[in-house]
Amino acid sequence: MTWIVANWDQIARYGLQHVWLSVPPIVAGTALSIPLGQLANRYRLSRGVLLSIGGILYAIPSLPLFVLLPSLLGTRILDPLNVEVALTIYALALMLRATADALASVDGQVTLSATAVGYGGWRRFWGVELPLAGPVILAGVRVVSASTVSLVTVGSLIGVNSLGFFFLDGYQRYFPTEIWVGIVGTVVIAVVFDLLLVLAGRLLMPWARPSRRAGRATATLLGVEAEPS
Amino acid sequence: MIEFRQVSKRFPDGTLAVSGLDLVIPARQTTVFVGSSGSGKTTILRMINRMVDPSSGSILIDGNDIGGLEPVALRRSIGYVMQNSGLLPHRTVLDNIATVPLLRGAKRGTAREHARELMAVVGLDPNLAQRYPAQLSGGQQQRVGVARGLAADPNILLMDEPFGAVDPIVRAELQVELQRIQRELGKTIVFVTHDIDEAFLLGDQVALLRHGGILAQLGAPRELLDNPADEFVSGFIDAGRPRSILR
Ligand SMILES: Nc1ncnc2c1ncn2[C@@H]1O[C@H](COP(=O)(O)OP(=O)(O)O)[C@@H](O)[C@H]1O
Ligand SMILES: [Mg+2]
Repeated sequence: MTWIVANWDQIARYGLQHVWLSVPPIVAGTALSIPLGQLANRYRLSRGVLLSIGGILYAIPSLPLFVLLPSLLGTRILDPLNVEVALTIYALALMLRATADALASVDGQVTLSATAVGYGGWRRFWGVELPLAGPVILAGVRVVSASTVSLVTVGSLIGVNSLGFFFLDGYQRYFPTEIWVGIVGTVVIAVVFDLLLVLAGRLLMPWARPSRRAGRATATLLGVEAEPS
Repeated sequence: MIEFRQVSKRFPDGTLAVSGLDLVIPARQTTVFVGSSGSGKTTILRMINRMVDPSSGSILIDGNDIGGLEPVALRRSIGYVMQNSGLLPHRTVLDNIATVPLLRGAKRGTAREHARELMAVVGLDPNLAQRYPAQLSGGQQQRVGVARGLAADPNILLMDEPFGAVDPIVRAELQVELQRIQRELGKTIVFVTHDIDEAFLLGDQVALLRHGGILAQLGAPRELLDNPADEFVSGFIDAGRPRSILR
């Protein structure tokens, strides 16, 4: 306990850094999954290719990827950008299928009727298809959020520090309190992100509350428990 | 006035949905296309707002060939009501009704105000304004659908089996309501149904289709009843009769 009080500044700093390292990959991965998910649904070939690439990318172990990226991107080895890019790749790999499935699951009668009353293609996508895919996309983002917050800690191995620093440092010094600070702090961030996502969903998609079939179906698909009502 | 000139539609898979359709839909009246499932009714309706383009022939609205019009703009100028309402599940009743004026660039406040007036026109309780479609009964959803179809004050209203999915009592209510609206607004209504009773009730002019989108007979309800063109027509009318006695 005294250790926590004595090191609070550092804990807060690394905690904040953890948050800042986690947010861009979640946002970028989700944003990129929208055009690519749409493309995946367009043709049978693009679907096969994109979803396979997604699966393969996700299978690359994170540490080698962190180490490899500087030579590919021309970044310095300690540049946090390496971690951001690697985590964006993982986020995108996960979101691609979620977003493609979400967009494909939008009721065809609704899009047809939107066309019939005069929605052009572009406007229909942003105004009808994407919002209606929202609940299923959100279920995917929740998974990606948790996975990203946890993966950020690996960055500490290559000197991009977050709460992961405390596992590493605590492990090297055989100091359990410090390890626990790292673990609990990471979990707290993941839980807070999840709550914020659920809250954002409620605010942005109030219409989705009466029928929750879509969200539940995906949550089950992804092996995540549906949120309690 | 809408004119079909030798209009045929063959889908890429070879299905001939409409063949050689030649007819005039007079302005400010209700024309009903009636026929069994698969007789090409929906295809005919969708050719009027260019959701489907004919394989041959042409369609004219007030003398202008619609083949030369921009489809999205054309659709915004024509009301469309479909079965199961086709409402946007993520928009409130009010915003659903305001859809087309908003697409046409109306101010949100003005569009919503007008939508509120339309709720009264179609007999919807104003308290439903902020609900989502899933929170309405089937009959209420169809009323919202009709209000949405009327919102941009189009001359033409296309209705594809709009009352097909509601129970008979509500359907009868909605039919009466549509007749009242039509008396007040005088739109050019093109209505599609497979129910001959509905066709005779609502139609000033009835177009009976046989399979393949071939016009079997066109005329006022009395003409079809008194002088059926052939056995197909009298058979189709008779098949609908026993149900109407039971109602
Ligand atoms: N997009 C399409 N592609 C191929 N065939 C179609 C398509 N749309 C409709 N059809 C066929 O055209 C015929 C007429 O369909 P439709 O106009 O929907 O009839 P109705 O509305 O009278 O039930 C049917 O045989 C149907 O299967
Ligand atoms: Mg039909």
